[in-house]
Amino acid sequence: MFLQQLINGLTLGSVYALIALGYTMVYGILELINFAHGEIYMLGAYLGIILLGFFTAIGLTSYSLYLSLGITLLLTVIFCSSYGFTIEKIAYKPLRNAPRLSPLISAIGVSIFLQNYVMLTQGATDKVFPSLFGGAGFTVMSTRITYLQASIILVSAFMMIMLNAFILKTKTGKAMRAVAQDKVMASLLGINIDTIITITFIIGSGLAAVAGMMVAMYYGLVNYFIGYSAGIKAFTAAVLGGIGSVPGAMLGGILLGLVESLGAGYISSEYKDAYAFIILIIILLVKPEGLLGRSLEEKI
Amino acid sequence: MNALSSIIKNPLLKPAFIALWLAFLLLPFRGVKAASVLFITLTIAIPAFKFLSGHLSSLVKQIHSSVERVRHYLPSDSRFLFLLLLPAAAIPLVAQGYIVDVTILSGIYIILALGLNVVVGFTGLLNLGFVAYYAIGAYSFALLNTKLGMGFWSAMPASVLITVIAGFLFAVPAVRLRGDYLALVTLGFGEIVHITLNNWDSLTKGPNGISGIAPPHILSFGLTSLNSFYYLVMFFVVIAIIVMRRIHASKIGRAWIALREDEIATSAMGINRTMYKLYSVAFGAFWAGLAGCLFASKMRFISPESFTFMESVLILCMVIVGGLGSIAGVIIGAVILVFLPEVLREVQLYRMLALGAGLVVLMIFRPQGLFGGKNVSIGS
Amino acid sequence: MYPLEVKALSKHFGGIRAIEEISFHTKDRTILSIIGPNGAGKTTLFNCLTGFMKPTRGSIIFSERDISGLSADKINRMGIARTFQNIRLFRDMTVLENVLVAQHTKIRSGLFSAITQLPLFKREERTIREKAYEYLELLGLETHVDKVSGSMPYGEQRKLEIARALATGASLLLFDEPTAGMNPQETSEMMRIIMNLRELGKTIILIEHDMRFVMGISDRIIVLDHGVKIAEGSPEEIKTNPMVIEAYLGKETH
Repeated sequence: MFLQQLINGLTLGSVYALIALGYTMVYGILELINFAHGEIYMLGAYLGIILLGFFTAIGLTSYSLYLSLGITLLLTVIFCSSYGFTIEKIAYKPLRNAPRLSPLISAIGVSIFLQNYVMLTQGATDKVFPSLFGGAGFTVMSTRITYLQASIILVSAFMMIMLNAFILKTKTGKAMRAVAQDKVMASLLGINIDTIITITFIIGSGLAAVAGMMVAMYYGLVNYFIGYSAGIKAFTAAVLGGIGSVPGAMLGGILLGLVESLGAGYISSEYKDAYAFIILIIILLVKPEGLLGRSLEEKI
Repeated sequence: MNALSSIIKNPLLKPAFIALWLAFLLLPFRGVKAASVLFITLTIAIPAFKFLSGHLSSLVKQIHSSVERVRHYLPSDSRFLFLLLLPAAAIPLVAQGYIVDVTILSGIYIILALGLNVVVGFTGLLNLGFVAYYAIGAYSFALLNTKLGMGFWSAMPASVLITVIAGFLFAVPAVRLRGDYLALVTLGFGEIVHITLNNWDSLTKGPNGISGIAPPHILSFGLTSLNSFYYLVMFFVVIAIIVMRRIHASKIGRAWIALREDEIATSAMGINRTMYKLYSVAFGAFWAGLAGCLFASKMRFISPESFTFMESVLILCMVIVGGLGSIAGVIIGAVILVFLPEVLREVQLYRMLALGAGLVVLMIFRPQGLFGGKNVSIGS
Repeated sequence: MYPLEVKALSKHFGGIRAIEEISFHTKDRTILSIIGPNGAGKTTLFNCLTGFMKPTRGSIIFSERDISGLSADKINRMGIARTFQNIRLFRDMTVLENVLVAQHTKIRSGLFSAITQLPLFKREERTIREKAYEYLELLGLETHVDKVSGSMPYGEQRKLEIARALATGASLLLFDEPTAGMNPQETSEMMRIIMNLRELGKTIILIEHDMRFVMGISDRIIVLDHGVKIAEGSPEEIKTNPMVIEAYLGKETH
């Protein structure tokens, strides 16, 4: 029972972590809570269903399931990144110098827009992701792990390792860290801030797209409002780990997934969705800089 | 690469590229046909709009200045507000029940939006979970009424008090937080209240809601008819407006606005910022609680469905659309957002879509709201 | 008994010692200037005195009470007001409203009397309005009453900040670079204003970089360098103090 909940929590947590990375990277650079980020994840889930349906219809899936899934994932990432890019250009860029809360309200606007956009184009009813692997899996220490769970955990871990390497090793990654620390100094050093912001949105959206498609496969059901609660939970994960900190988002995501699944197993499953909010409130009140974040003092 | 970017930036081709890009985004969701339609429409519409905008700009300026003129009279001239009340008082005499019904609803929303305006517009604290107070007011009222048999005039003050206390208790730890963090915490509070209402079956009957709420009485005369309830709501709307205006012009209102403009300087004036933020939240909660009572006794039935995050956003939109910090602007915002979807039924489907897009446009082009003061904007 | 007495005050940020063991006192109705190179800890000292930062160690005695570590609003209510280096007006309010906010603590009537418009409320509102005009006249701002404060020229904004500090009713006023960004004519006007405030019975501490201004106005001067007080005395004494010259011009290297 405990191990089973642990595996469930780990699966859920790695998805939260993937989404949380998008929040934390954008916050690190723009100090903006990108409220619409959860909707990118929702778009990813829908795109997964739509595109796989398309490839099944043209016969690619029956030719090779894995090829079909691979292309679907790739296209989902491309589309979601394009959405992230477009949102940044339209809704946030004009507000670069506006008061702090204006971009947040704009982000809420984008979030509402995208939810209803999907509802109007795809219908208000649940969409079904075809069950491709059934419940196939393996058993370790009397704990059942499906292949899907294992691949979600592995894919997430792989993406996080890649992201970390990218941020630590590449020139662009270093530029991102520089911009997060000091925008003025970074631009004096010849870093194009706008380009870095664009790249941040593209990467964050890509990660959310992967998360969205995997969750759609995992639960098999998708609707247009899953982005809201997943978004809030991922944001909670980012805050829990320390907003602005990339390892923090990973840690926070996994912790939150574990809390939710253990809480649902041992305390009450009805209030499962409330745990994230309770954690969010407690963390912000007690230790707003999170587990791995830096603390900030008020500037006079 | 350079050649490509110069093609994209070509002013003649740019609209086509924008159109192509947006069509590409729509493609997977609506198919090739809709995407082509969007592409063609936008390719024509964007240059046409650009061409017209030159001619339109003078018109826009005219509209702008007339809005400014109207705005100029709104907050300062109290007679204007009461001039509005005269036709409002006549509505039940001339209009159909349906119109009266919608007007009652907008009255309740006016009270709600005025309450949120204190927190967001005056004090500059973004609250994304205002619906929580509305819900607490409505549920307290419904429970006191159905379980303890308390009448309107005793259940209402009690529920408002409960709401204020709840708001206060929650605000004590929360107001220390900075702008956007506070916004998220209030959102979390709203969600927790919603989830609790949905799951505490023994008290709230969960998603089934509470029915059988008694209508209000004055002496032994029951306000069961739509028209009498209308006047009850109007009474509270007028009270709310008067109280808001007076508080706004007192040291409390000034302290709130000072907090919005510069917290550090406010405490250098000897003003305890935590206390005044608490005041603001509690005062806002007061009106939300009252609106909740009115809503519960109007509908005679409440369920968690009426108290979602989208409701919080809707109330926030009323405050922002009308004009942050402007009492008259907020009233207009509430009326517009309640009536518009009712008048244009077809619009209802697209209401939230338009609201979302509208928020973005508003933040970019007129962050102070349609009727807000020139320099008023939230946060710092 | 001194109006303000600071004893061995220190403020550390992690390992950085922003100010270290600073002691001094003021006398009634005098102007004390604090000078020193950039980063000497002058503004940090102000922030500690006015409650915007908690000192790490030491005490601040004001009207016979240790006020170190009290909150900013409490300290203001006890009678210390300040201005800010980077001007912090309520920018969207009018000039008059800025000064009305400053008189917040002078009003006793609260929520209830505001709603019912009791006579007390109306009387108090009238009184603070009249007082506001007096303060604005003192600073020469009476013609700007209804202007939006953020839209005024820089020099006028600095004056309004002083009017606002004065309006809180404080007896000790702390000005952080009151002439920064002003032309010579405005600077000499500011000098007259501050000297006038001393005549009116206020005790003043100011941070300033303009040496002519400091030497012309101060009764006493304190010199800070790297968070430490390196000299104190009359303008004449400071001018000839070799430590001060060294701090400003740097040590001779050979």
